[in-house]
Amino acid sequence: MSTSDAPRPPSGPVPAPHVQPPTTDSPLDPAAALSLRNLSKSFGDKLAVGSVNLDIPSGSFYGIVGPNGAGKTTMLSMATGLLRPDLGRVSVHGVDVWREPDAAKRQLGVLPDGLRLFDRLTGAQLIAYAGELRGLDRETVRARTHDLLAALGLADAADTLVVDYSAGMTKKVALASALVHAPRVIVLDEPFESVDPVSAAGIRDLLTDFVASGGTVVVSSHVMDLVQRMCSHVAVIARGVLLASGTVEAVRAGESLEDRFVELVGGRQATEGLSWLRSS
Amino acid sequence: MVAVLLRLKVTLILNGFRRSVWQTIGFVLAALYALSVVVMVAAASVGLSFLPDDEARAWQVVCGSLVVLGWWLLPLLAYGLDATLDPRRFQQYAIPRRELLIGLALAGLAGVPGIATLLSGLATGLTWWDAPLALLGALVGAVLGVAVCAVGSRMLAAVVAPLLDWRRFREVAVVVVVVPIIMLAPLLGQVLDDVSGVDDWLPGVADVLAWTPLGAPWSIAGDIAGGSWLLALARIALTLATLALMLLVWGAALARTLERPPSRGPVAQAHGYGWFDRLPATGAGAIAARCLTYWQRDPRYAGSIAFVPFIPVPFIVFGGLEGNESLLWLGPIIAYIMGFAISADLAYDYTAFWLHVVSGVRGAADRAGRVIALLVVALPLVTLLAVGGVWAVGDWGTLPAVLGASLGVLLVSAGASSVLSATYLYPVQKPGEGLFAQPQGGTTAILIGQTLGIVVVAVLSAPTLVVFAVSLATGATWAAILTAVVGLVSGAVALVVGIRKGGAVIDRRGPDLLQRMAAWS
Repeated sequence: MSTSDAPRPPSGPVPAPHVQPPTTDSPLDPAAALSLRNLSKSFGDKLAVGSVNLDIPSGSFYGIVGPNGAGKTTMLSMATGLLRPDLGRVSVHGVDVWREPDAAKRQLGVLPDGLRLFDRLTGAQLIAYAGELRGLDRETVRARTHDLLAALGLADAADTLVVDYSAGMTKKVALASALVHAPRVIVLDEPFESVDPVSAAGIRDLLTDFVASGGTVVVSSHVMDLVQRMCSHVAVIARGVLLASGTVEAVRAGESLEDRFVELVGGRQATEGLSWLRSS
Repeated sequence: MVAVLLRLKVTLILNGFRRSVWQTIGFVLAALYALSVVVMVAAASVGLSFLPDDEARAWQVVCGSLVVLGWWLLPLLAYGLDATLDPRRFQQYAIPRRELLIGLALAGLAGVPGIATLLSGLATGLTWWDAPLALLGALVGAVLGVAVCAVGSRMLAAVVAPLLDWRRFREVAVVVVVVPIIMLAPLLGQVLDDVSGVDDWLPGVADVLAWTPLGAPWSIAGDIAGGSWLLALARIALTLATLALMLLVWGAALARTLERPPSRGPVAQAHGYGWFDRLPATGAGAIAARCLTYWQRDPRYAGSIAFVPFIPVPFIVFGGLEGNESLLWLGPIIAYIMGFAISADLAYDYTAFWLHVVSGVRGAADRAGRVIALLVVALPLVTLLAVGGVWAVGDWGTLPAVLGASLGVLLVSAGASSVLSATYLYPVQKPGEGLFAQPQGGTTAILIGQTLGIVVVAVLSAPTLVVFAVSLATGATWAAILTAVVGLVSGAVALVVGIRKGGAVIDRRGPDLLQRMAAWS
C-alpha cells in the first residue's frame, strides 16, 4: 500500500465500510488487521462483552468508544492475547490470536490500561527490555530505544526510574515499549489519559504517520471529540454490546460524534432534579 | 462520626467475607485461636491468684508490657499497617480531628486482635476475684491498657508514615530496623539462660516497667491489692497523661500527613543499561538482567534474604565456633532459603507480567532468566557460607561434601521454586508497597506455599542429604565425593525439569495467571 491512498483522518478518502457488518457465522476476515467473531466474556454472572463481531480494516485508524465500564478494555485484552475469551475468535492479519499466539503476538503492539510496568527499570532499560523480550538483537534494540526516547520527548528522562515518571511520561514509555518491535497493528487502551496536550499531539502525529505508512492503529477512548478528529473508523460499544461500527462519517451520520454517541448509548440523563445544587 | 467509622470498619470486614471463602476461613481460624488465647489468659490469671499479691502483680506487669510493646511495634515490623482505614482516605471529608482520632483508634480495636486483647485484659481481673476493689482496679487498668495499645500503635504508624512514603527509606528500613531485632533474639535467649531463676529478676523488671506507660496500667490492680492507693492513683495518672500525649502527637502527625502532599524523596537515576549490557540479548538473558536489577533496587527482594547473613548467629551462640559440626549444615540450609526466594517471583511482578505475556516470550526462558539472576546472587553467598562453615570446623576433608550438598540443595530449591511460582500464586506485597504493607488474605496462602515448598525440596534433596549425613558421620573420602556427585547431578536434573515444567505452565496459562494477579485488590 502506498502512502498516497492510505486513509488519512479526518477528511481523507477512506476505504468503503463493510456494507454488511460481519455476523457471528461469517468466517474470520484474513484481509482485516483485526477480525473479531462472537467474542464474549463474562465475569461471574456479569456479562462484560457479549458476542462482538467486528472487522478492523488494514490501514485504518480505528477508535473504540464507549462509556466507562462498557467493556472496551475487556474486548481489547481478549483481542491482544491478555485475557482468554469465554467464546469466540480473534485474528490478526489472518493469524488466530488464541491458536497461534506466537505468530499473532509478533504483529501486535499493545498498550494496556491499568496494568503496571516494570517500573524499577529506567525508561531506556524498560524499552530495551521489551525489545529483547521480542527477540530483537542488541544493536537494533539500542538504536530503536534511542529513536523512540527522542521521538516521544523522553530523552532527558532516559536514565530516570520509571517509578519516578509522571503519569503522562509513564504512558509514553509504555507506548515506546509497544512500538519497539515495529508491529503491524498497534492496540492502545486509553493512550491519551493523563497525557498533557503537547505530548498528546506528539503521540497523535506519531500514530498518524504510522497509519500513513500502512500500519493499523486501534485506540479506545471516551473523548469523542478526539476520536472524531483523529480516527477514520469508529466502533461504539456499551454494556458489552457493539452498537455501531464503520467509518466515522457513516457512524455519525451528519451529527457530531458526541451527539450520535449519546443517542446510541441511551440518551442524555435528565438533570433537572437537583434544585438544591443551584447556587443562587 | 465515631459510630460511622466503626460501622465502616465492620462493613469492610464483612465485605471481605463476600470476596473469598478463604478470607472467611482465615477469620474463623484467627477468631478460634484468639478465643483459646483469652481462655489461657483467664486460666493463668486464676492461677496467679494463688501466688502472693506482689508476685502476681509482677507477672501481670511484665506480660502486659509485652502485649503493649507488641501492639506498638508488630504492625510496623511484621504485619504491616492495617490500610483499610488509612487516614489519608478521609482527607476530603471535613471530619473534626478529635472525632477522627477517636474513631480511628476504636476502629483499630474492632477486629480479632483488638477484641481478644480487651477480653484478655479484662480476664486478668480473675486474679483478684477475692478482692473486689482490686478487681475493679484490674478492669480499669485493662481498659486503659488496651487504649494505650490502640492509640500507641496508631500514633507510631502516623509518625512513621511520612518516612514510608520516601522510597529510599523503605529500601534501607530492612537493614536498619529488622536486622538488629533478628540479631537480638538469640542474644536475648542467651541472657535469659544465664539468669538462674525467673524469680530473681522478675520483680525488679516489673518495678521498672510499672513506672513506664507499658506497664503502668497493668500494675493498678496489684497496687490496690497491696493497699498502696497512692501508687495506684499515680499509675492511673501516668497512663492518662501518656494517652493525652500520644493523642496530641498523633493529631499533629496526622495533620502533617493530611496537609502535606506525599513527597517521594529524591528522584532515582541509573546510567546506561546496567545488567542489560552484561547479559546476552535473548529472552532469558533480558529477564535475568531485569531480575538482577530488581534484586538491586526492589526492597522486597532484599527483604526476602536480608536475614540470611544472620542465620549463623544462633548456631555460633549455642554451639561455639571450633569443632561445632552443626556449622557444616549452614550451607544446605541457606541454599534452601536462597533457592526458595524466587518461589513468589511471578507474584512479585504483579500485573507488569503483561509484558511477558504480550511479547510471547517462551515460558522456559522466563523461568531460566529468573533462575540465572538468583544463581548470580546465591552462588557466591552459599559458597562463602559453606566454605566458612568448613573453615570454622577446621575439617577441610568435608569441603567437597559440604559444597556438593549446598549446591545440590540450591539447584533443587531453585527448580522447585520455578514450578511453584507458576502453579501456586498467592498475593504478596505489591511493587512499591515496601515492607510494611500486608497483602490482603495472604498469610494463610504463604504458609501453605512454604509448607508445600519445604516438603517438595526435602523429598527431592533426600538422596543428597542422606549421603551427606553418611559422609559427615564416617568422614570417608568416597562418601564426600559421592555427596558432591549426587548433589550436583540431582540438582541439575531437578533444575532442568523445574524450568521445563514451570515454563510449560507459563506457556499454557500465562494470560490466566496475569488475570489472577490483576484480580488481587
